[in-house]
Formats: sequence, structure tokens, C-alpha cells
Amino acid sequence: MSQWTLFEVFVRSKHGLNHKHVGSVHAADAQMAIENARDLYTRRNEGVSIWVVPSAEITATATDEKEPLFDPSEDKVYRHASFYELPDEVGHM
Amino acid sequence: MYAQMVETGVKKVKGLDEMSAEERAFQEKIDAEIKIEPKNWMPDAYRKTLIRQISQHAHSEVVGMLPEGNWVTRAPTFKRKLQLMAKIQDEAGHGLYLYSAMETLGADRDEEIEKLHSGRAKYSSIFNYPTLNWADMGAVGWLVDGAAIVNQVVLQRTSYGPYSRAMIRICKEESFHQRQGYEILLHMMQHGNDAQKEMVQDAINRLWWPALMMFGPSDADSPNSAQSMAWKIKRHTNDELRQRFIDQTVPQLEFLGCTAPDPELKWNEERGHYDFGDIQWQEFYDVIAGHGPCNRERVETRRKAIDDGAWVREAAVAHAKKKKQQAAA
Repeated sequence: MSQWTLFEVFVRSKHGLNHKHVGSVHAADAQMAIENARDLYTRRNEGVSIWVVPSAEITATATDEKEPLFDPSEDKVYRHASFYELPDEVGHM
Repeated sequence: MYAQMVETGVKKVKGLDEMSAEERAFQEKIDAEIKIEPKNWMPDAYRKTLIRQISQHAHSEVVGMLPEGNWVTRAPTFKRKLQLMAKIQDEAGHGLYLYSAMETLGADRDEEIEKLHSGRAKYSSIFNYPTLNWADMGAVGWLVDGAAIVNQVVLQRTSYGPYSRAMIRICKEESFHQRQGYEILLHMMQHGNDAQKEMVQDAINRLWWPALMMFGPSDADSPNSAQSMAWKIKRHTNDELRQRFIDQTVPQLEFLGCTAPDPELKWNEERGHYDFGDIQWQEFYDVIAGHGPCNRERVETRRKAIDDGAWVREAAVAHAKKKKQQAAA
């Protein structure tokens, strides 16, 4: 099996929703990865579409980048709707 | 429990003040219920213990298909055969979710499977018992999957992210297993003839104690529990989970109209729990050591499956290579 490739599996659950990462499978090629993913991750109507991507092809953020990358958005409360206080008379907005 | 007696390699659990800065930051995260993810720093012993625990859990799912596979061709109706095959396919799936989670720790799937086949890795003691009559399929689903659920429900909150997510998925699917098992027994008890009812009681008599042993040795004999609990890769002690299982199972047993092979089993009003008799721990240790009724046959069947399937895996690689070359040409 070590000659096989590790693929990450993404499944779209219902029409209109994003594909979501659900796990991984081993396979000889992408077609087989799709077949294995179908058997493994959609036994109970979980999906209408599957993507597989070789795990080695994924570029991810590193853990030590977490603060420089994500902290800057923490102090930008004005990006959220709840930051803006409107009088009740305005009604739902 | 599907993972029993998982060695941590730790003699004494360190206090926060005895830890290095990295270890302390790690432990504080766990104490705050923050999940540990694959790329986060973790102590070597945590990584190794988790690999042992998750691989043992995965091996149990895979070996667990064998006692049920025995009944696919013997299921009494087509409906029961379909249900049994669906359940067995789920067990294969659960093994794969868990092997995937284990691989995120840097373990190699082939190497860990080789450890199972060479007897260096354990799997749950329960799967070393034979399944002798059709009621065993009911009793396995009800008692064995039931015991596994008690364990796995709490492992959904385990500290390692990929393991926890695999558990959440597994638990969602597992309740079908227990219900279909109980329904098999209920059907036999309500519509069966005397011989069929006897089969149910016989299956319960044989599987009751081994199911209780699934939770592992009593707390006094679980030297690894303290560290595993501190790391939250175990969330309750063996005895707590065993008691929880008994308390929820006895009323179901009574509803069936069957009994447990334990004369000391009775409700204790004061404790608010069922009391039960002593477990024969020597039997458990013998089975774990490889001397149960089916140990040799189980591992041999697994090894044969891998060896006999080698040509299929090689052919798949050759086929993939050829298709790639054709696409390039």
C-alpha cells in the first residue's frame, strides 16, 4: 500500500453547500480514490459530489504562523454587523 | 473498550511545575479542552501512546468483521444478510477512519498492520471468541457494539482532534449496529420456538462476561490510566464505564426475558447502581496474551487476506501507471 497515494476527500452534502473535508483514503490513482471515497464516506446519503486531492499537493499554513496571520482580524470589530448599534425604531436590518 | 491496556511508557504523571515550558503549554491547552491538532507540538510519549491506542482501536474494527463474516452465508433471511453486510462494511469504514487519524501522527499504516499480523499489536479481547449460533449476531450487536458505544461516546471528547472527529463519525453510525442486534434477539424471543429462545440465552451466557471485560482491567490494575486521563485520551476509568454499561444493559436484558450468567447481579438501591460478580481476570489476560479460543485463527485470516490480495494491489498500481503513460503519450 505504500506505493499508493494518500488523497484528502471533500464531500458536498446537499445542493448548494460547499465541499467539506471529511477525511482521507489510500488509492493507486485519482479514479480509484473517488471510488474508495464513495464507499467510505457516502454510505448513508452524505453526499452529492466528491473531490479528491493528493495530500502532498495541499499547502497549509504553519502553526507558528497562526498569530501573525489570524490575530490582525481580532481587533477589527467594526467588520461585524453587531458593532453598529441602531435604535429599535429602525426595526430589523 | 476497543483499546485495552494501552501502554503510556510513563511511570508517574508529572505536575505542571515539573514540566518544560513546551510540556506545560501543551498540558494547559488540554486542561482548557482545546484540541491538539496534527501540526501542534506534543510530547513524544503522547504521540506514541495515541498511535498505540488508535491503531489498536482500528485493528479491533478490522478483526471485528471476522466473527460476523462467519454468518453472512448463514443469515436466516435475505433481509438479515443485507443488514449484516451493511454492518460489516461499517466496521471496515470505522477501521479506515481510525487508520487515517493514526496516520496524522506520522505512523505508517502498513507498518502498524504488520505489527498486528506479527502479534506485536493488540486488538480487543472480545473478537477472540467464536460466534456459534445466529443469536450470537444479535448478542454481538447488542452487547459488543453496546459496550463499544459506551466507550466511544466519551472518546468523542478526546484531546486529539483527528481521533475525536473519527469518533463522532463512528458513533453516528454505531447506534444502528446496536439496535439491529437487539432487534434480532427480540424477534427470536417474541416469535421464536423454544430452541431459538434457548439460542438467545446461550449467546448471552457466552458473551456476557467477555463483553464486560472489553472495558479492560479494574482500576486498581490499570497503571496507565492516570497518564491517559491527564492527557484526556481516556475520559473515564474502566470501572466507571463498565458500571455505566451494566446499568443501561440490565433493563434491556430483562425486557428480552433473559438472564445474565451472574447470580450476584442485582440492583443496589443505596449505590444507585447494579452490583455484579467478580470478573475472571485470568481469562482476560490469557486472551490478551494470545491464548483465547480464536486468536490464532483471527490473525491468520487477516494475514491471508493481505497476502492473497497482494496481486490486486500490485495490479492497481500497474494499471494506474499505464493509464498515466497513455495520457502522456
